[in-house]
Amino acid sequence: MSWVMQRRIVAHEGAVRDLLAALRARLRALGETEETCGTVEIVIAEALNNIVEHAYGGTGGEIALDMARETGGLCCILRDRGHPLPGLRLPEGTAPPAVTPRESLPEGGFGWFLIRALTERLDYARADGENRLTLHFGPGTGPDLRR
Amino acid sequence: MKLELSDHDTLRIVTVPEARIDAAVALRFKEAMRMATEGGPDHVVLDLGQVRFVDSSGLGAIVAAMKQMGAGRRLDLAGLTPDVAKVFRLTRMDTVFVIHADAAAPLPRAAG
Repeated sequence: MSWVMQRRIVAHEGAVRDLLAALRARLRALGETEETCGTVEIVIAEALNNIVEHAYGGTGGEIALDMARETGGLCCILRDRGHPLPGLRLPEGTAPPAVTPRESLPEGGFGWFLIRALTERLDYARADGENRLTLHFGPGTGPDLRR
Repeated sequence: MKLELSDHDTLRIVTVPEARIDAAVALRFKEAMRMATEGGPDHVVLDLGQVRFVDSSGLGAIVAAMKQMGAGRRLDLAGLTPDVAKVFRLTRMDTVFVIHADAAAPLPRAAG
């Protein structure tokens, strides 16, 4: 295993944007495909947004990102000291409805669906007041559309 | 957020001159879209050719922009870049909107 990137940011939208840009640049420099860069960026963006909005409720706090490359692919650990996930459980992230009248189209709730659709495995743990979300990406070939 | 408007007969093209429609700007985008489409042509095409990234907040804001236009009006999308197209495809929101390759596609051809 080798570290790709280790950063600490304040849970704020501007800092999230900067971190995503740095992450993308780092992955590109390491020779990852645009497909992989895009997959990683959307997943990490969604996970970071959840921490900013829900774990910290928009009040700020620190987020730690540690990304490594394992034999199976990229692996990212996000840690924060905000509120735990409800029920200490990863949300299902069910797929948005396929056919629905325009008025009832959902305007949100796609975040966990996208995270699950684009990762191979997710782990969540909480200990000593810290949330720890581990995201395992598959072997850089894009999203697993069977999910 | 400043959006660029151009009207062509019965069609309005709204161009987003930003690289990202994400959590940081989703609400401002939705409000800007409301102002850009209020009282205008029924058929609007949202040109996303300059947008490199849309997250679930941005996607929700685009859906909301369509819903706030109301019945009988239509919001198409144009110029989806690869990462944006991926998000629409995964969430199946690409079946909800008519998607054009670019903003020029829906315009009527000039008579030769």
